[in-house]
Amino acid sequence: MSSEDKFIPKMLGIICNWCCYGGADLCGVSRFQYPTYIRLIRVMCSGRIDMKHILTAFLNGADAIFCGGCHINDCHYNPEGNYDALSMVNLCKKLLEHTGINPKRLRLEWVSAGEGIRFANIMNEFAKEVEELGPLGKSEGIAPDEMKSRFEKIIKLIPYFKLVKMKELAIHNPDQESYTRLYTAEEIDKLIREAPSYWIDPEKCQACMTCAKRCPVDAIISAKQQVHIVDQEKCIKCGTCLAACPPRFGAVTKVVGAPVPPPLPEDKRAIIRKARKEKAS
Amino acid sequence: MDKEILLSDNIRQLCQSLGGNNFGDVMIVGGGISGIQAALDLGTAGFKVYFVEKSPTVGGKMAHLDKTFPTNDCSMCIESPKFVECNRHPNIEIMSYTEVKQVEGEAGNFTVTLIKKPRYVIESKCTGCTVCVEYCPLKYPDEFNQGISNNKAIHIYFAQAIPLKPYIDETCLYLKEQKCRICEGVCKNDAIDLKQVPERVEVKVGAIILSPGIEAYNPTLKKEYHYKEFTNVVTALDYERLLCATGPYEGEILRASDKKHPHNIAWVHCVGSRQVTEGANSYCSAVCCTYTQKQVILTKDHDAEANCTIFHNDIRSYGKDFERFYQRTENLPGVKFIRSYVSIEREDPITKNVTIRYSTPDDGIKEAEFDMVVLSVGLAPPSNVQDIAKAFGIELNAHGFCKTNPVNPMETTRPGIFVSGAFQGPMDIPESVLSASGAGSQCGELLSYRRGNLSKARVYPEERDVSNEEPKIGVYVCHCGANIGRIVNVPDTIEYSKTLPNVVHAEESLFICSTEAAAMLAKDIKERGLNRVIVAACTPRTHEPLFRDTLREAGINQYYYDMANIREHCSWVHSKEKESATQKAKDIIRMSAARACFLEPLQEFNLPVNKVAIVVGGGIAGMVSALSIANQKHEVHLIEKEKELGGTARKLYYTLEGIDAQAYLADLIQKVYKHPLIHIYTNAAIPDVTGYVGNFTTKVQSDRGLTEIKHGAAVIAIGADVYTPAEYLYGQNERVITHLELEEKIINNDETVIKSESIVMIQCVGCRNEERNYCSKICCSESIKNALKLKEINPQMDIYILFRDMRTYGFIENYYREASEKDVKFIRYEPDTKPQVEAINDNGKSALRVTMPDYILNKELSIKADILVLAAAVIPSAESQEISKKFKITLGPDGFCQEAHVKLRPVDFAAEGVYLCGIAHYPKHISETINQAYGAAGRALTLLANDTVVASGSVCTVEEKMCIGCGACAPACTYGAVQLQETKQGRKATVIPVLCKGCGLCNSKCPTGAISLKHYTEKELFAQILAGLAK
Repeated sequence: MSSEDKFIPKMLGIICNWCCYGGADLCGVSRFQYPTYIRLIRVMCSGRIDMKHILTAFLNGADAIFCGGCHINDCHYNPEGNYDALSMVNLCKKLLEHTGINPKRLRLEWVSAGEGIRFANIMNEFAKEVEELGPLGKSEGIAPDEMKSRFEKIIKLIPYFKLVKMKELAIHNPDQESYTRLYTAEEIDKLIREAPSYWIDPEKCQACMTCAKRCPVDAIISAKQQVHIVDQEKCIKCGTCLAACPPRFGAVTKVVGAPVPPPLPEDKRAIIRKARKEKAS
Repeated sequence: MDKEILLSDNIRQLCQSLGGNNFGDVMIVGGGISGIQAALDLGTAGFKVYFVEKSPTVGGKMAHLDKTFPTNDCSMCIESPKFVECNRHPNIEIMSYTEVKQVEGEAGNFTVTLIKKPRYVIESKCTGCTVCVEYCPLKYPDEFNQGISNNKAIHIYFAQAIPLKPYIDETCLYLKEQKCRICEGVCKNDAIDLKQVPERVEVKVGAIILSPGIEAYNPTLKKEYHYKEFTNVVTALDYERLLCATGPYEGEILRASDKKHPHNIAWVHCVGSRQVTEGANSYCSAVCCTYTQKQVILTKDHDAEANCTIFHNDIRSYGKDFERFYQRTENLPGVKFIRSYVSIEREDPITKNVTIRYSTPDDGIKEAEFDMVVLSVGLAPPSNVQDIAKAFGIELNAHGFCKTNPVNPMETTRPGIFVSGAFQGPMDIPESVLSASGAGSQCGELLSYRRGNLSKARVYPEERDVSNEEPKIGVYVCHCGANIGRIVNVPDTIEYSKTLPNVVHAEESLFICSTEAAAMLAKDIKERGLNRVIVAACTPRTHEPLFRDTLREAGINQYYYDMANIREHCSWVHSKEKESATQKAKDIIRMSAARACFLEPLQEFNLPVNKVAIVVGGGIAGMVSALSIANQKHEVHLIEKEKELGGTARKLYYTLEGIDAQAYLADLIQKVYKHPLIHIYTNAAIPDVTGYVGNFTTKVQSDRGLTEIKHGAAVIAIGADVYTPAEYLYGQNERVITHLELEEKIINNDETVIKSESIVMIQCVGCRNEERNYCSKICCSESIKNALKLKEINPQMDIYILFRDMRTYGFIENYYREASEKDVKFIRYEPDTKPQVEAINDNGKSALRVTMPDYILNKELSIKADILVLAAAVIPSAESQEISKKFKITLGPDGFCQEAHVKLRPVDFAAEGVYLCGIAHYPKHISETINQAYGAAGRALTLLANDTVVASGSVCTVEEKMCIGCGACAPACTYGAVQLQETKQGRKATVIPVLCKGCGLCNSKCPTGAISLKHYTEKELFAQILAGLAK
């Protein structure tokens, strides 16, 4: 194999300040060596690592992601964010599996600030594993475009995952093994299959702007006297609009398992109030 | 490095203002963890501290340890940030490599004569590049590594030393034989000065804290240990270094004889301790049982296949969480605990294995061969203890430790000189730390009138508002001598940095942390109009505060700083791949620059501090703490749930050390009542607590009616309860009583007790079991105390103590011995064959019969008892649950109050502004309670002595429009910083910034991105992530 052919992985590590970063520092102080292609990012607590960081990194070409925190029960912070990181990483692994990506590309480890050698060992071991796996998608047999669209689809669903798996993502269980059983492949498939969409029935919408005001991400295209439209690209599926729509209108509908009807063309969004409609007729 | 200069600048200004005198408030002598804590507490509480250490750096014994039990934290990692803190503290002047010659004067006005030993290196010129170390031809056994590996005559003591500069010790060829001088030649900064001589310095202070610590027992004092004779017999401290990554073999456990890994290792307990023979110490060293267990666990971490055998006497797991730690060790595969005395028999001349002879009741005398034998050596007073006593004019006790007052263990025989740490007697790190805070509090009481007079605060220029400017980033890449520059092509990274977006300036520096470089950086910020700074050098964990400080000096917000770690995370870990290391350094700088563009100026909070304290609990702990705080001119509200003060001590009459508990208590109560600054609330309940550090409001319902108290600090001293036994016929037969009941009967001359022919005491009633998996710590001593008292009254009485392990740690061991000598019979039982008790009729007189197996005689024992005394467990106070919720403090697994850090923050809670003392923390003796009560007062003063408290600017914030009130964030925050509130727009999260600790857990839980952690925002992190993946 010529040197040009040699696969050099892109690897990111997101590690907590108090333990793993300290371990990486001690690894340096002790001059333990590991491959050069690993790039480290410091956060204060492993609990700060977001599903979005991991999946977006994969979307943008990371071949592997490492997350590092304090040993369980050693978290610097009272809320013990490392438990949360553990649950979150396990969910991400299942999502990777669903995407067709080898979950081994994502790894979470506990490294204390005193474990320089452990940090080096993990880096070397993980690097070797990733080198064997090859570039993201290649060993999995997924074309780059296809992979990109799969990741984009999953990333869009992150707010929804956070909402429906809120309880599981907050579990603190000293039995770390139990987290691997927390999410099953079937459940994830179902979760994604049944991801809802929200749609505003143009027949019922009274253009009251309530849902638009409440939408956290400004995903509702609205104006006075104009039927409101949910911008499906922006929508994070939180359901706030459904809850906000006055019951007497009942215009917002949750759609599961089917595509939402296409939005009305802009020139047909003008609204005729019910009362006026009746008067006219 | 420039912080030292900044510090000495401060000192100089100070000295100038005092006419050049060496004048301070407190001198702390001994730079171990205890001295460090005392220095930091006092410096923060507004006193000018001279901090003297005889070795080249602060750190003490803790710096030599690999890990600390029972959490197995890395010892150096938790201690070394405190070195930096001391070094940067404007009120602390470190005088290392310095010894005290003599102390003249009196409390409030001491003149201390010191001798500064020559380092032969001019600190102000030395850059710490260590080229001299490389060229020094002389290798000799490294003291820091217990002489197992070698070091040079010129060297840095250890990698985290303060100052991080080399010194030359007496092994130097030039100093011995006027030869060599190579170091002079290779030093580019002319920092070597071989003509230095010892310097005599006089310093005036008002009070002194002595914290010289301990030394490990030297086993060569007893030939039978064959230490230094058999190659593979090592001490526990040697072993500690072997375990450590910075140790002689970089964390490999190797035998000195053949540099092979030992697989079969034995530990021998009580080496030099609990013996009355020549060369040994009679007391128990208090820490060895548990540190041995720690070493066993770490050995198994190093080598899962290792066989570990521990030869022990009693296992003294008396401390908080020690019992579980013992069980964890015992349950590891390949670990054997053998209760036996041993003799180290011989060394195999070829394999150098060591044979140990031991005996067990089952197998009789046996021999076993080990690859390595670790001597669990005890603690001894410093070897120069007589010189210390002489120089300070203090008395020592019979064991050569400091002579102290039992009701004030920090008090020496010379007023104004206090003692903290293990020089009081054998103790573990937490006690060393809390007694330091306590000694500090007593210095505060003595010198309260002059607090703050010498104290210095840094003054910074006003910050320039750059928030509307385009990012203008300056990148500074450090060579770190050769540490980075030898691997990473620094000029190349400079050229590259200049091509990055928004980078307007890039420059290299030999040592960016040097004073000159910092000055240059500050100048650049001003002259070039930089509004973001990146330093590509070492780790932010040690150096970020330094550079943030430089930004403040230059008048821009300190959060506009980012650190690219190209040393620990690059040059040091890729030392053989120069090209790719250079590429990586560029990538790290690129990531940093991308992040820097999104940095925002953040304001740290200056919260005002209400100078009033409350103390919850009016027992000894609460009263001592309240008095110490009030004696430092702070108002204290003392809240007691009962109608009288006194707590558990109301039921105690005498102690082993001879304290008259009732007299002491009466005196204390009187002092508290008479103190003009202490307000007492009895029959009190606390219906409500709100607020946060510096600003609490507590409602108290008491004899005084309903009172609302505004206060800055709270001390929790709620005490504990005693278990009511359900076993051994307690409550059914009047002849079965607890120790507290016995004590009362003895004091009242109750004839049924003092005229008894036979009394049996059973230990561990209600604890060390499944329900309460901890040791109550004080019961063994209580039983011995009462047994000795009974023997004193009625020498003919038969007394039997049925025990599992006698846990008479420290000097209490001597009373255990005394009891044995007075024919108190000690009989061991196992938890699965507990003694059986039945009521009997003894010739018309009622009595009890206690039966159990005797392991030594191997038969069933039957004892007739007139009285059965149960050592009932100490259990958490019934109020603890409620108090913990009110004050947002945590309870540990056994229900006792949980301190912020078991080793280094033993009287703090994780919740700021709330402190802990007494048996609410864990069972303890009166002297220990007093130590801790002063400790809590000392910690409270670090807060109360200041007008404001600073909170980090990196806290969470909510974009209310984006919040959907889903409630994922609030429960995640156990600090209570995130709260959900009803608004017109529905339920919304809000953040109370002063409670937020900046972990960012809520941020990653939020589905919409409404809540975000400043300084680690999505924008900042994504910029870094994407830049890291770009090519």
